Amino acid sequence: MTVAGATARPVAPAASTPAAPRDRGARRRRRRQRGKEAAWAAFFLAPTALGLGVFYLWPVLQTFYYSFTTWGPFGGHTFSGLANYRALAHDPDLRSAFVNTLWYCLLGLAGIPVALVLAAVLARPGRRGVGVYRALLFLPVVTMPVAVAIVWRWLYAGDYGLINTLLAKVGIHGPYWISDQSTALIAVALVGLWSSVGYTMVILMAGLESIPRQYYEAAQIDGAGPVRQFFALTLPLLSPSLFFVTVLSVIGTLQTFDLVYVLIGQTNPALPQTRSVVYLFYQDAFVNNNRGYAAAIAFVLLLVTVALTGFQFRLQKRWVHYA
Amino acid sequence: MRSLRGSRGSIGAHTFLVAASVAMAGPFVWELLTSFKTLTEATRVPPTWLPPHWHGAGYSSVFDTVPFGGMLVNSIINTLARTAAQLLFCSMAAYAFARLRFPGRSLLFGLFLSILLVPSQLLIIPQYQIIQSLHLLNTRTALFLPGMFSAFGTFLLRQFFLAMPAELEEAARLDGAGPLRVYWSVMLPLARPGLIALGILTMIWSWNDLLWPLVVNTDPHKMPLSAGLASLQGQFMTNYPVLMAGALMATVPVIVVFVILQRRVIEGIALTGTKG
Repeated sequence: MTVAGATARPVAPAASTPAAPRDRGARRRRRRQRGKEAAWAAFFLAPTALGLGVFYLWPVLQTFYYSFTTWGPFGGHTFSGLANYRALAHDPDLRSAFVNTLWYCLLGLAGIPVALVLAAVLARPGRRGVGVYRALLFLPVVTMPVAVAIVWRWLYAGDYGLINTLLAKVGIHGPYWISDQSTALIAVALVGLWSSVGYTMVILMAGLESIPRQYYEAAQIDGAGPVRQFFALTLPLLSPSLFFVTVLSVIGTLQTFDLVYVLIGQTNPALPQTRSVVYLFYQDAFVNNNRGYAAAIAFVLLLVTVALTGFQFRLQKRWVHYA
Repeated sequence: MRSLRGSRGSIGAHTFLVAASVAMAGPFVWELLTSFKTLTEATRVPPTWLPPHWHGAGYSSVFDTVPFGGMLVNSIINTLARTAAQLLFCSMAAYAFARLRFPGRSLLFGLFLSILLVPSQLLIIPQYQIIQSLHLLNTRTALFLPGMFSAFGTFLLRQFFLAMPAELEEAARLDGAGPLRVYWSVMLPLARPGLIALGILTMIWSWNDLLWPLVVNTDPHKMPLSAGLASLQGQFMTNYPVLMAGALMATVPVIVVFVILQRRVIEGIALTGTKG
């Protein structure tokens, strides 16, 4: 807003003199000015450009290259073409890891409506105790996932767990949540939801609070009830925030690792039903020392992440309204 | 009539909010209570809510099994180093992208943006090899080295710098201040909300990060608390009082910081939603 007005003004005194052909001195001065600015830019950019180049950009290329190699037991590797990708296509572990991860992704998205309801109830003008509720609901977000998983393993415990104890009070015999192959995935996803719903809620609350109250007053005068107001006003005006949390949720859940690592563990019979792609990648890269294969897994997940994010950006034209 | 409906609606809302708060905070209470029980008390059926006697044995078992104090120090160093480095380096790069003209600016920025799309967990094989070739495996430096740089932080702060009025900066320049001076004494103070938001997010992520420390530091004395807790669980599979004590001690520092800085944390998170 303010930027547009400001950039229209002359920036440096050197730039305000028109470039007359005879005025070589001014042109040289301006070139020197530019060179100086570029040198300063190099100084400001150096640490980040170097760090991102070495630790992020180069590893992308390196991982891509490794995905075409086979690793020996002592760390040497040889080029093996598409062998890893061919093996991946027929790997039942990878297929189930992708299915599990997509489930984490879908179940994670189910947290957004929950967060929306919480945000809507909290953001109502004149609501008391907002600060306390918000802090309590946000507490899981700042808590270390490893600690969260340890606590939930205890809550989920079959015989002494709090959840089954409470269920028993209403006459339900609860399963062994995290070792039962039919409940383990949902149990993991629920913990993920529990620890991220506060984050989504805070972002949606900020979105709700930025909607001008006059819009609702006008809608009320026009005779729109609360339901109509929600669908005709709140949802469209909140759509940029909803889009933001959707993109973040998808990227985040595709990376599921910590919860499975701690909540499920290596020897759990439900591991095949809960193992995520990143977990499989970790096992192949650092437990089985099968790094070429792991690199191929990483690259496939990378492509899936980019594709799903790109897809959402294309889709946003249909439902996201920027004011 | 109207006010009656209003107050009933408000009671309903508060019931809902209290139920949600119990679901969110309840596990922490159960964690605290269990950590002071003995194993037999914790596994009693039906369970008792309060520990009959408050035992500290779980806590001392944690210290006896893992070098908890050292892990705490590692976590603190890791978190502070990553956060300080990101605040400095990202703001410098962001300033250059937002305010300086130089050849190849949009190309370089495009490259930075492309990193934003790549989940860093997938890059740990080459990252591990770099750390290995620098002979930094099992050192504290290994914990924070790659995390000192961030495309996300650069992007976030650039958005802040772009939205700032240019007048102040121009006035400083006319007074003869160079880019370094403008960046340090004009831009950084103005970008405080953005710096706080980035600082808070980086602190939370660094403290909680698991996969990277798990891979580079296998020596318990060089692990941060996240990896240390995971190994504690490996040793005390079902000794829940000990595990609860460890989990609680690993999270208390963050919870204390959160309670103190609560407003700023939540504002910061909300800010990244509207700026990013």
